[in-house]
Amino acid sequence: MAAAVRSVNKMYGVCFNASRQTTGLTASRLLQHRAFRVGAVRRQQSFDSTLEKPQFPGASAEFVDELKFIQPNVISGIPVYRVMDRQGNIINPSQDPQLSKETVLNFYQKMTLLNTMDRILYESQRQGRISFYMTNYGEEGTHIGSAAALDPSDLVFGQYREAGVLMYRGFPLDMFMAQCYANADDLGKGRQMPVHYGSKDLNFVTISSPLATQIPQAAGAAYAIKRENMNRAVICYFGEGAASEGDAHAGFNFSATLECPLIFFCRNNGYAISTPTNEQYRGDGIAARGPGYGMLSIRVDGNDVFAVYNATKEARRRAVAENQPFLIEAMTYRIGHHSTSDDSSAYRSVDEVNYWDKQDHPISRLRHYMTTRGWWSEDDERSWRKQSRKTVMEAFEKAEKRLKPSPELMFTDVYEEMTPNLNKQREAMWRHVQQYKEHYPLDQYEK
Amino acid sequence: MAAAARFFVRGANSKLSISGVGTGTHSPFAAALLKLSPSSSSGVPTKTQRRHAHFSFQADPAPTQYGPTEKMNMFQSVTSALDNTLASDPTAVIFGEDVAFGGVFRCTVGLRDKYGKDRVFNTPLCEQGIVGFGIGAAVAGATAIAEIQFADYIYPAFDQIVNEAAKYRYRSGNLFDCGSLTIRAPWGCVGHGSLYHSQSPEAFFAHCPGIKVVIPRSPVQAKGLLLACIADQNPCIFFEPKILYRAAVEQVPVEPYTLPLSQAEVLQEGSDVTVVAWGTQIHVMREVADMAQEKLGVSCELIDLQTILPWDVETICKSVVKTGRLLISHEAPITGGFAAEISSSVQEQCFLNLEAPISRVCGYDTPFPHIFEPFYIPDKWKCFDAIKKMINY
Repeated sequence: MAAAVRSVNKMYGVCFNASRQTTGLTASRLLQHRAFRVGAVRRQQSFDSTLEKPQFPGASAEFVDELKFIQPNVISGIPVYRVMDRQGNIINPSQDPQLSKETVLNFYQKMTLLNTMDRILYESQRQGRISFYMTNYGEEGTHIGSAAALDPSDLVFGQYREAGVLMYRGFPLDMFMAQCYANADDLGKGRQMPVHYGSKDLNFVTISSPLATQIPQAAGAAYAIKRENMNRAVICYFGEGAASEGDAHAGFNFSATLECPLIFFCRNNGYAISTPTNEQYRGDGIAARGPGYGMLSIRVDGNDVFAVYNATKEARRRAVAENQPFLIEAMTYRIGHHSTSDDSSAYRSVDEVNYWDKQDHPISRLRHYMTTRGWWSEDDERSWRKQSRKTVMEAFEKAEKRLKPSPELMFTDVYEEMTPNLNKQREAMWRHVQQYKEHYPLDQYEK
Repeated sequence: MAAAARFFVRGANSKLSISGVGTGTHSPFAAALLKLSPSSSSGVPTKTQRRHAHFSFQADPAPTQYGPTEKMNMFQSVTSALDNTLASDPTAVIFGEDVAFGGVFRCTVGLRDKYGKDRVFNTPLCEQGIVGFGIGAAVAGATAIAEIQFADYIYPAFDQIVNEAAKYRYRSGNLFDCGSLTIRAPWGCVGHGSLYHSQSPEAFFAHCPGIKVVIPRSPVQAKGLLLACIADQNPCIFFEPKILYRAAVEQVPVEPYTLPLSQAEVLQEGSDVTVVAWGTQIHVMREVADMAQEKLGVSCELIDLQTILPWDVETICKSVVKTGRLLISHEAPITGGFAAEISSSVQEQCFLNLEAPISRVCGYDTPFPHIFEPFYIPDKWKCFDAIKKMINY
């Protein structure tokens, strides 16, 4: 079976090296390249007991007569792919994606704008202005690098710490704020806690709190998208903690067996709230699990925006071309607390956090790359910081003044249609609120 | 799941000739051994475990308004619905364990050959994956029809159903939804299914706003309601009474048709007692209604609820206002069973109309037993007795 797969891959590989330079493949050319892969190749095996080779349907292997357990390799595990060193210097010039100044500046500005928005919204929760918030400190590189490598039509399933992906795609500050404030402009109609963003226009599926539930969903979406033959991929983000959930195992296995054009992007940031990685898993991280599912896997430096970009770009290209899932484990560090409900000094040292903030940060590494090329000066930095703070504060003040959505919206969208039962409850709610109106904050809500 | 597979090996239908050491009851060795056992040598026929079913299926008259009909049992009516769907909706896909070869209950026979491997396919053995995958496919715009091999095995998917599918539209402000997801699962007692092949889990899902739960009583109902679920733009769970798969045979329209969801059906009008049931139990209650008329002179109004969620409160209450008495019966355990919800709502709305306390005849609060099934199920005698008590209250 492995030999069959290799030969099919080689066959496709030949086609693809040629087409790699081509932009804008038409759908019909894609159809030629992108058949339903090895699933069509059934292993019609004739069992032959005269051969001294295992005949088991379950595995393709040789016999061995030495009793030996396979040792999991956690001391020198899967290596970490990077393009820049910690100072932002390119290590191997062939790996520099050589993006334009405009593109790189955009990366930088999106990462820093996200950082600014995080600071302001975190503070606003501390002041009781919003109920809850989660920052993205330290992980901005994983968001922007991967988002930039995708097509805008690619469908994104996230966990909750991927706001930069949405920001990169152009989700307005007003809409971030509207969701956090749950005001009448919130696309989600005020139903969820802050940071549970979603955007149909930007192909970003609305976040839900249960962890890892998005992983098998991403596999299903990728399967449906594969059948449409429209050169679209799906990306699914999750943390190393969520990867312990049964849903993660389900999603990996389904995507591999059903040959889905899907990128699994694991943000391994060292902690799941207070649980460090050595209490989360005993193997070599998440990347080492990929081969167990028959999945191509890679580990990258998540704080190196070019490494993230290169890996995601290649994974996306091949996932769509070959109809198979890819696993990218982006190593990074969660500089902030898990959320506004967490104080991480309870379980980790300030020194540890400072190391990552000062010595290995995606934003500073990219800035060094830019300043080396003369693309960004101190003045640029000062004026950009000032401008981004201003735009964030404007959006913030506007969102705060806005009324909340009408309580009518408590009862809609449970089903596509209003049901008689819900209608009755809605009417009962209004009758009650009318009678006891002084006890309900009606003035803060739209009618 | 291996248990399920063993459950369904039908040696008589197998084309394989199994010979060799210890390979099943059809080897000459085993048959010879059984012949030598005492009960056989005395000339008395060996005792079989199979008993008579606790109901007899009553077919409805063939429908005339949906075009030509064909004789079908319930699994064939399901296949017909799925066939119609795959034919008319190019995005439709059917998946689950063992659906490719036709399914352990033969509901998907022939569909893979007819419509292709990309549309009718096996998944790995993982219910949370099946439902999660189905949700994602629906979110991306496909009509996703997921099969859970037995309703007893739906629980690993409970989080995906309750926390995700049911809430997808609401939590996203209607930006996203998985309305084109339908989950099908065999449901209910089957004579020997025991704990894990007999369950009726509708009550767990009745408590979950955002999904629909539907249970048919017959092949005609199964096809029409399943097509309605598939067309419905909300995630639906469709429980199929497995004991009816072969036992229920009717004239079923060949063309697609839908029956309304959330609309209970009055099967027979009456004046003394309202009787509410769904699925297999309808056929039990039909017989109970006859017994009540014959032995007690009591006229029963029999209602098939069909949709458990959202349920048709109006039709039930209208009937109870007329009769003043209500009996609800289901196989699932009585505590927290769906009869409790119906009972509670009806007493709220029809309190002054009631002549007697509302009666529930259900399974006991035990896991579904194997050898004790005849004692466990809410059979016609228990229901008859309940009516007698209500009349004499």
